[in-house]
Amino acid sequence: MKSLAELAAIREKMKDKVILREGTGEIRVVVGMATCGIAAGARPVLNAFVEGVNKEGLGDKVTVSQTGCIGVCQFEPVVEIYESGKDKVTYVKMTAEKAAEVIEKHLKGGKVIGEYTITNAIS
Amino acid sequence: MKELSLNIFDISQNSVKAKAEKIEITLDETEETLAITIRDNGCGMTAEQVRNVMDPFFTTRTTRNVGLGVPLLKLAAEQTGGGIRIESVSEKDNPENHGTVIRADFFTKHLDFTPLGDIVSTVTLMIQGAPDIRWIFIHNTGSGSVELDTDELKAVLGDVPLNNYDVIKWIEEYLKEGYADIHYNMGYNL
Repeated sequence: MKSLAELAAIREKMKDKVILREGTGEIRVVVGMATCGIAAGARPVLNAFVEGVNKEGLGDKVTVSQTGCIGVCQFEPVVEIYESGKDKVTYVKMTAEKAAEVIEKHLKGGKVIGEYTITNAIS
Repeated sequence: MKELSLNIFDISQNSVKAKAEKIEITLDETEETLAITIRDNGCGMTAEQVRNVMDPFFTTRTTRNVGLGVPLLKLAAEQTGGGIRIESVSEKDNPENHGTVIRADFFTKHLDFTPLGDIVSTVTLMIQGAPDIRWIFIHNTGSGSVELDTDELKAVLGDVPLNNYDVIKWIEEYLKEGYADIHYNMGYNL
């Protein structure tokens, strides 16, 4: 049974982690969660990023957040990746499977998957 | 939308955008009905804006946060013989006490009733996306209720944000257990 005591344990654990967190290069993964994104299937995509980033141990380096309509509704679910010193990468028509691939190749390996980007979709 | 949970997710994003500090989602079920109420203390809407959000064809481009979300919820409710109601007080009209309440009523036995779907994942991800908001979730079913108030979690967590992965997992498991305890059948594999 889930208890509040477990949350207290999480708090204890995090005390030591705060110091480690500083100074790491941050990557932001932003999932479009407006009506268009949600209707197109953004929830499992978001879930795949939240789960996958943690499973791959990227939690200190990568944050996963949500935003409203990015303005390209026909390409939803849309995911944007921001990394300091690099151009923003926009992935379109995302699925949970593609998200796992982006985590593996892009977030871990540093290699953009051109095939899934908006640049590829409109060219 | 394939699940009412997704409508709830979508409508609650309006509350987030309205800068609500508190968002309360209540589901009340009886044998044949479901009422979904989303109540926030955000900036609210004027009477004209409320009329606009109801109907996609009357939506003007000046109200940016308005789109298809409310009409889709309205459609989902009306196709079961139910409907929606919106009450809102704008911050301009009442700086002390403002916000919006949206209530959608469904007849769950109707053929065109959209299943609730994965409400656990929805509530968990809503909190993940806006961890500074106080989220209150109450689902009263025929066999018992599932409740979560993030203020109770924050009292224990202190500085640890609600979108910390371990906390998110805790919330997800807590809700799953809550539904398992009351033997709630959501027509969905958890």
